[in-house]
Amino acid sequence: MKTAAKPFNLTRSLPAISFLVIATAWCVITYGGLVGPLFVPSPTAVLEKIFSGLKDGSLLTHCWASTRRVMIGWFFSALAALPGGMLMARSKKFTALLQPLIEFVRYLPVVALVPLTILYLGIGETQKYMVIWLGTFFQLVLMVCDTVSSVDRNYLNAARTLGADRWQLYKEVIFPASLPGLLDDFRLTIGWAWTYLVVAEMVASSEGLGYIILKSQRFLATDTIFMGLILIGLIGLLTDFLLRMLTRLLVPWYKRLGDT
Amino acid sequence: MEKLTVEHVSKIYNTPNGSLLAVKDVSFTVEEGEFVVIVGNSGCGKTSLLNMIGGLEEKTEGSIRVSGQEVTGPGPDRGMVFQGYSLFPWLTVQKNVEFGLKMRGIDAKTRAETARKYVSLVGLEGFADTLPDALSGGMKQRAAIARTLANAPEILLMDEPFGALDAQTRIVMQELLARVSRETGSTVLFITHDIDEAILLGTRILVMSRRPGTVQKILPVSLPGKRDHTALTSPEFLALKREIMDLLWTEQVL
Ligand SMILES: Nc1ncnc2c1ncn2[C@@H]1O[C@H](COP(=O)(O)OP(=O)(O)OP(=O)(O)O)[C@@H](O)[C@H]1O
Ligand SMILES: [Mg+2]
Repeated sequence: MKTAAKPFNLTRSLPAISFLVIATAWCVITYGGLVGPLFVPSPTAVLEKIFSGLKDGSLLTHCWASTRRVMIGWFFSALAALPGGMLMARSKKFTALLQPLIEFVRYLPVVALVPLTILYLGIGETQKYMVIWLGTFFQLVLMVCDTVSSVDRNYLNAARTLGADRWQLYKEVIFPASLPGLLDDFRLTIGWAWTYLVVAEMVASSEGLGYIILKSQRFLATDTIFMGLILIGLIGLLTDFLLRMLTRLLVPWYKRLGDT
Repeated sequence: MEKLTVEHVSKIYNTPNGSLLAVKDVSFTVEEGEFVVIVGNSGCGKTSLLNMIGGLEEKTEGSIRVSGQEVTGPGPDRGMVFQGYSLFPWLTVQKNVEFGLKMRGIDAKTRAETARKYVSLVGLEGFADTLPDALSGGMKQRAAIARTLANAPEILLMDEPFGALDAQTRIVMQELLARVSRETGSTVLFITHDIDEAILLGTRILVMSRRPGTVQKILPVSLPGKRDHTALTSPEFLALKREIMDLLWTEQVL
């Protein structure tokens, strides 16, 4: 028996199409000579950069250095934001204590804090983690608080009348009920962590994607800048994909608007 | 024996538009094994009253005791079934029903057995491993009832549990609840604004007035014969229904 050919799925093909359109436009304006290579390098030039970087192993070193910084910095911000946000959501006193401070710091530009981080922490890796931490923690803690606050009161009431104590309420109801929202918060803030990467690698680094982008700026090496940007985007895409998979795995019960 | 004693209970909500007297000086008792139904118009304070008994809401005045113990907060001695659906969507039917037992530290094996018993008591055998999202409204409410019963509460507090169901499913659920509460010998305090439902299920009916909710009258129900859909047209049924309607309606005109 023949298996029927899979029907063409438009929704699944759309991401590929959007990338294809951009790639085509890129080819047309560069190979067509519409824009000089100083402004937009050709795909060939960027690919050559990538291949030579892969060959001598430097590219992986840069990718790994950046990924590590982003992950460690973000991990510590999640580690602190999770209990912090949960407590804020459930305790008025705790919120009153911390909210104004968090709202204040949240608006400080992280770039402007870099000199202070160097002064306090030196120029080692810790300083780089701290920049990422500063960039994400204050946002994440408020997001966690918000997600946890929006847990349906009915679940809490049901659990309390079934005999759950305070700790069980957190563990058995608040945490699982807010897990889908928390995973979304994580996904968003990891994205932001990557945007702080360049800031983190601004000072005293010798490796990392942010570092090579900054270095290339000095030499107007647009092809290297493009390579760095593309790689950051790809790693971001991969992280996003992995977290979405994780969400499906951890909260299979959760149906989102637009899910099929 | 008195299971539940409510004495001079009042509830005032503080709202941005001033204070609102929702429940005013309500007193009544529920005996062990009784099925007391509270009827009243929408907004008369039924949910407020039940939530105070459940310990989910502070009472402003008065005393509420369960088996002689003053109520100070929620506890597993008072099982509640809510107006909306409150099953945990991340747990299967079986795990939902086990929830209360788990909270009370009962071991996994006993828990699973007890839960299975109650899952089949409400006729959900084939759906033990289903997530709530995949259940119909009636099935969800059956699961919620099983979850509350499995915890063996001293009294069952039910807030319009069938309010969201269609007429047919409602009747099926009413008969199921009547059977289950008989079989388990439960003491039940049940809220509804459906008079038929009140008469079919209740051994006594407490009629509340419009806001501020007070006790208008407490009526015993004595119907000859079986309490199923055939009872809906018996003269005794109709007479009682008329009396309750008068109590609820007359007031509306005034
Ligand atoms: N948390 C609250 N804050 C302020 N007012 C409230 C609150 N809960 C209820 N009320 C008010 O108290 C009154 C009684 O509400 P309640 O929910 O107890 O009525 P009900 O009899 O259960 O109504 P229904 O049959 O529609 O469920 C209403 O006027 C309502 O607006
Ligand atoms: Mg109500």
